[in-house]
Amino acid sequence: MHVEPKEFVIVVGQSGAGKTTFLRLLTREEKPSSGKIIVGGIDYDKLRDKDIPLLRRKIGVVFQDFKLLPNRTVFENVAFALEIVGATNHEIKATVPKVLDIVNLRGKEKRMPMELSGGERQRVAIARAIVRQPKILIADEPTGNLDPKHAWDVIKVLEKINHYGTTIVLTTHNQEIVNKLKRRVITIQHGQVASDRDRAEYNA
Amino acid sequence: MSRRFITFTRIINTGIVNFVRNAWLAIAAMAVMIITLTIVLFSIITNATFNNTVAQITEKIDISVYLKEDTSKGQGQELAQDLRALPNTRSVTFLSKEDALQRYKEQNKDNPALLSAINQTDNPIPATIQIKPHDLKKIQDIRDYLSKPEVKKLWEDVSYRDDRKAAIDKIAHATNLMRKAGIVAVAIFTLISFLIIFNTIQMAIFNRRDELTIMRLLGASTWFIRGPFVVETIVYGILSAFASIVIIHLLFIASSSALQASSLGLLDISYSSNYFNGHLLQLLLMQLALGILIGAASSYIATKRYLKFKTK
Repeated sequence: MHVEPKEFVIVVGQSGAGKTTFLRLLTREEKPSSGKIIVGGIDYDKLRDKDIPLLRRKIGVVFQDFKLLPNRTVFENVAFALEIVGATNHEIKATVPKVLDIVNLRGKEKRMPMELSGGERQRVAIARAIVRQPKILIADEPTGNLDPKHAWDVIKVLEKINHYGTTIVLTTHNQEIVNKLKRRVITIQHGQVASDRDRAEYNA
Repeated sequence: MSRRFITFTRIINTGIVNFVRNAWLAIAAMAVMIITLTIVLFSIITNATFNNTVAQITEKIDISVYLKEDTSKGQGQELAQDLRALPNTRSVTFLSKEDALQRYKEQNKDNPALLSAINQTDNPIPATIQIKPHDLKKIQDIRDYLSKPEVKKLWEDVSYRDDRKAAIDKIAHATNLMRKAGIVAVAIFTLISFLIIFNTIQMAIFNRRDELTIMRLLGASTWFIRGPFVVETIVYGILSAFASIVIIHLLFIASSSALQASSLGLLDISYSSNYFNGHLLQLLLMQLALGILIGAASSYIATKRYLKFKTK
């Protein structure tokens, strides 16, 4: 399979079908047993361990379980992604509020992750994933832990980001979201691509 | 400001903040480090004091060779010359019969009866060669030389007898043994402290392993994650080094007032105190180096396993 730049792709499939594994292959949390992966011209077969951090800095990832740093505030969590790449304090102060605006979290900068609702936490995670302006954003069931209203908020944020020119790979098993989005849908079954259709609907 | 510099200062900052936040952990790890470094410092000072004591004893010891009546002054001077050529002789003094008598009279000037008795006889004092050795342990070389047949026929008697040799050997042996015991003790304590610090750091990292995983997933470099831990343990090392110096200093203050800088057998406390004060800077630098090394190495190793890329 091939994904074009600025595309919005939804990966669907039952639990255990291999959706998450597919995404973990992209972030090099796992190595493929066979096949070839090339992302943005980087051949994963030629990737050395010390290149992995550099690769991960180029890809934004949103996890189903958020993976926020528990001892840091909302602002610090988002800022951390920039600290990793050595951004100046000035850059951080300028960029983080803008990103928090995009995900509608203005005014909650000083909150700790524990004090936020699930939807808010997920939006912090998205803010952290996009603050470095990656060309690719990977979202692993970002709506999995959310009620329908919050889930839809998160999806709208993803659409907004895609509109600005970021390629998005989203996994979900939320039928409603897939059907509303009307985007390219890739179905995975038993670790294989079962179907790949544009503007598709999905029935679990 | 370059990005590298910003990252560097961030690592240092985070390390210091972590140190403050983990105060209890820091105290536990530092207590062990302070004890170790204090023992190291104590051993070094004790060792220096022993060496000084041995040097003082060596200074006082000389070997006197009493020459035979029929050995000529020329032969005596020649022997003295030969002895000077030995590697272990620090000074060799030749006293002719007249010189020896002169010295004898001087040593006994408060004893007029003895002096008058000496004056009435025909100089009974033999010509003497006094030898001061460099190293007590190698005194056997001089003995061997004096035992050579062509040398032996020149002298009557040597003051360096077996009983005295035994005493000197005992001192040399004891100091040697204590030095070795000191090194072993330091090595063991360093190892134990290293293990405990290692364990403490490992627990700290275990508690925060999720955080490390997240940092890894966000693309943080190895040193961006590890750096703060290394900085934290280096802070332990620095503070512990200063603490060990302060503890030893306080011990000297306490002991000097209690013992009035007296001498306890081989342990000359006033010398120890002077040695400590005289080498304060070197000792502090050495302690700092040791503390930083133990701290940095233990956190480096403890973080290693959590920073591996778990790609299969």
